Amino acid sequence: FEQIGILHKRFKQLSHNEDKLRRDDFNTIPDLACNPIRNQIIEAFFDKRNFHQNGEGTVQEIGFEEFLVVMSHFRPPALNMTEEQRENIRREKLRFLFNMHDTDNDGTITLEEYRHVVEELLSRSGALGKETAKGIADAAMLEVASISMGHMEPDEFYEGITFEHFLKILKDIEIETRMNIRFLNLDTTTLCK
Amino acid sequence: MLVGATSHSPTGSRGFMERGFLLLVVLMFLEGTVFPLGAASSPDINNYTFPKKAFPVLSLDYGHIQMPFEISLWVLLASLMKLGFHLIPRLSGIVPESCLLIVVGLLVGGLIKLAGEEVPPVLDSKLFFLCLLPPIILDAGYFLPIRPFMENIGTILMFAVIGTLWNAFFVGGLLFAVCQIEGTHLSQVELLPCLLFGSIISAVDPVAVLAVFEEIHINELLHILVFGESLLNDAVTVVLYHLFEEYSGAGEVTLMDAFLGVICFLIVSLGGVAVGAIYGILAAFTSRFTSHTRVIEPLFVFVYSYMAYLSAEMFHLSGIMALIACGAVTRPYVEANISHKSHTTIKYFLKMWSSVSETLIFIFLGVATVAGPHAWNWTFVSVTVILCLVSRVIGVVGLTFIINKFRIVKLTTKDQFIVAYGGLRGAIAFSLGYLLDKDHFPMRTMFLTAIITEIFFTVFVQGMTIKPLVDLLAVKKKQEAKRSINEEIHTQFLDHLLTGIEDICGHYGHHHWKDKLNRFNKKYIKKCLIAGERYKEPQLIAFYHKMEFKQAIELVESGGGVKMPAAMPLQVSMQNIQPKKQPPMAADRALPQFTKNREEEIRKILRSNLQKTRQRLRSYNRHTLVADPYEDGWSEYMLKKQRMIELEKKVSNYLTVPAAPSDSPTMRRARLASDPNAFYTIKAPPGNVPTIQVELASPQSPDSVNLVDEFSKKGGSSQKNTDDRKEEQGRMMKPPSAGKGGKGEEEEEEEEGENKNPGLLRCLSDPGPSNEDEEDEPFLP
Repeated sequence: FEQIGILHKRFKQLSHNEDKLRRDDFNTIPDLACNPIRNQIIEAFFDKRNFHQNGEGTVQEIGFEEFLVVMSHFRPPALNMTEEQRENIRREKLRFLFNMHDTDNDGTITLEEYRHVVEELLSRSGALGKETAKGIADAAMLEVASISMGHMEPDEFYEGITFEHFLKILKDIEIETRMNIRFLNLDTTTLCK
Repeated sequence: MLVGATSHSPTGSRGFMERGFLLLVVLMFLEGTVFPLGAASSPDINNYTFPKKAFPVLSLDYGHIQMPFEISLWVLLASLMKLGFHLIPRLSGIVPESCLLIVVGLLVGGLIKLAGEEVPPVLDSKLFFLCLLPPIILDAGYFLPIRPFMENIGTILMFAVIGTLWNAFFVGGLLFAVCQIEGTHLSQVELLPCLLFGSIISAVDPVAVLAVFEEIHINELLHILVFGESLLNDAVTVVLYHLFEEYSGAGEVTLMDAFLGVICFLIVSLGGVAVGAIYGILAAFTSRFTSHTRVIEPLFVFVYSYMAYLSAEMFHLSGIMALIACGAVTRPYVEANISHKSHTTIKYFLKMWSSVSETLIFIFLGVATVAGPHAWNWTFVSVTVILCLVSRVIGVVGLTFIINKFRIVKLTTKDQFIVAYGGLRGAIAFSLGYLLDKDHFPMRTMFLTAIITEIFFTVFVQGMTIKPLVDLLAVKKKQEAKRSINEEIHTQFLDHLLTGIEDICGHYGHHHWKDKLNRFNKKYIKKCLIAGERYKEPQLIAFYHKMEFKQAIELVESGGGVKMPAAMPLQVSMQNIQPKKQPPMAADRALPQFTKNREEEIRKILRSNLQKTRQRLRSYNRHTLVADPYEDGWSEYMLKKQRMIELEKKVSNYLTVPAAPSDSPTMRRARLASDPNAFYTIKAPPGNVPTIQVELASPQSPDSVNLVDEFSKKGGSSQKNTDDRKEEQGRMMKPPSAGKGGKGEEEEEEEEGENKNPGLLRCLSDPGPSNEDEEDEPFLP
């Protein structure tokens, strides 16, 4: 399992040879600085929900096992998997994404949270950002609502996107084939300052 | 001439065809008369008096117009045929169009031959390569889906380069071996001609692939694989062709030549791409300045691309790759610069030309089959066909085995089968064969016969059976789903996420480089090539604009007054999407569903970008011209009534008075100052007329403003046509204010205190008025 070895090396490098990784350690990666959603990515590493232990909340530092667990979300599916296994993998990956959006851990992505997501995405665009982001987020929300709930009475509410709805709207983009990183040829010397 | 013309008439079994041609003959007569009359009216001042003959009232001068006339006749024939096929419902489902067209060509050719005329060398290579092929390739390149193409570029290149090489050598070599066998009378065919033949016939043809694959709606991955391969193997074909052609005379190919061939290949392909890219950038740059001469914008795209093709052909580089590169490079920049109408023009012209070209190519193929000198040799032909199939299958399977080691998404057996089966040969092979010099290649006719047979085989047999096979094997079909905005958001999100993770791992992978390229693109290139402020617009926003625009157009086209089109199943309006802390507001709303629909419809009709309604507030509040009387907080009923009346007045006023540009200076200023994405509802205050213009303020040219003005007009007028328009508008007015109106009494004080623009705020059905307050404070006078 050389992948684990490589990741371990990288972990050590990032954490400056300590056993635990902290948020600040991520700041040493220069390329990550230009990424518009870097905060959310970093948060995802410290989010307990991603550790497969049914925990909630966040931690301040993570060990190598947690690092691995988070990375395992990005494993590609094997060639001959049953439909069910694929479905499971898809759920897992989408769950990861969902957790990234749902920052207050209440199980739904509300309009505010979604807006935040879109704003972050567009945060590089400068002046056009805020209002357009809101508009886009609202339209997206509308769409989810329409698809998931169909017809709604005017006095009903749609509080937020639950995980099931999330699954439904994103099932077309075949997450299990796209959300993958190849770990094999990592050049661990790149990097940190 | 006349015989030629009339011989076309019995071709189709359609009455209108005959009528059409009869008409043409008559036209010809008329044309014939014009010219002699014309000649007579401008008399030569000659010194001698020419003998006086009777004044030619009606004469025939076919030779004068022969060339363009015949071309037009062919094009007309092709188009009428295309029309005809779609009128027979069952046929077009079973038989792909390309087959039918070849059959038509056969018939036409047969008729011409029967009539004793010499069949025109219609598939003359020059005509083919310079006129018929470029439109198709440009169409393909311009609309190439870049993302899947780039994602699979490794696979595509492997198939194109190595696959074609393998095919060429396999077929050529084995053919030579077969030819050496006694008893086939073929022993004079040497190795090099065989290899040449192999290289001609092994290239998958983009025209045929397009024609057939278009109809089977296969999933995107497979489509791009086969199609990409057919486009990129042109470089290989060109090199091999020239290599073998050159040395067939000499009879020997040394290792040095082979090495040079490899270098040549690199030059040909990369050079072609470079030429195309240069012309593409030039085109993009030119389009930056066309904001004042919108009419000729499409011309730039076409001419630059064609010149790219010709320039590449001039150096014997790969013209196809140049065209593809030019189209692909041009597109993102040009589309940001040109007006909507030009974009439509480009799209439709490209589709039209490529469609006509394709049809003509297939018909000519049929004609050339009948016409051409044939030398049928059972062994050669049958061996060719079999070998092509075999080599393709082996090639695909073998390559996939290697490729799958590097791919994340592996290619399954089903995929491999489709890729192998979809390797159709077409007219390019025939033209290349036609180009062969008779003296160097005495067996040219045999080659041509074999090529034609192979083409027929692949197009007819494989083309016809691929559709049922796709269904049988349950291959994934193309998903017709529209791109939803959620998908777009998440795709972008995923991209960034994956790039981030890669950075964390320290892995300079795929995403990392793509991200770098995007950033470079944004920072430098877009600045140069895109006019105005558009370059700052990130992809998500551009996508969003497009989507909203489309929706508005769809809505208007559907008549506005009818139920919402399926494209917008917005049974849920923004009122439903609210945080939990807003129960009182919604509880009081007892509105029938359809008025909300109506409200949505009308909202969408009048705007071009979905945006929060506070946008609108901000925009029109800023400029003093539209002093908003409602800011004083009138009572809701007054509001409602006034608005009803005003609206009707304004809309009818608006309909009769064209979008008054005189209003615009302030509006324009306001537009530029405010956020370009303004959002309007029809519940706008009396400043409706000028503010409509402001709302259409998106960072596009005035053209689009006018465009959407038309739509608003259309929307308005279509509404006008509904009987209870007034009532509906009244009712429509109700929800916003009734929403308010319902609780108006109780909340009046609260609202007035809250903000100065209660009516509009409420009716704009925003979630979370608290947010609005914060934002609107600075903007409310």
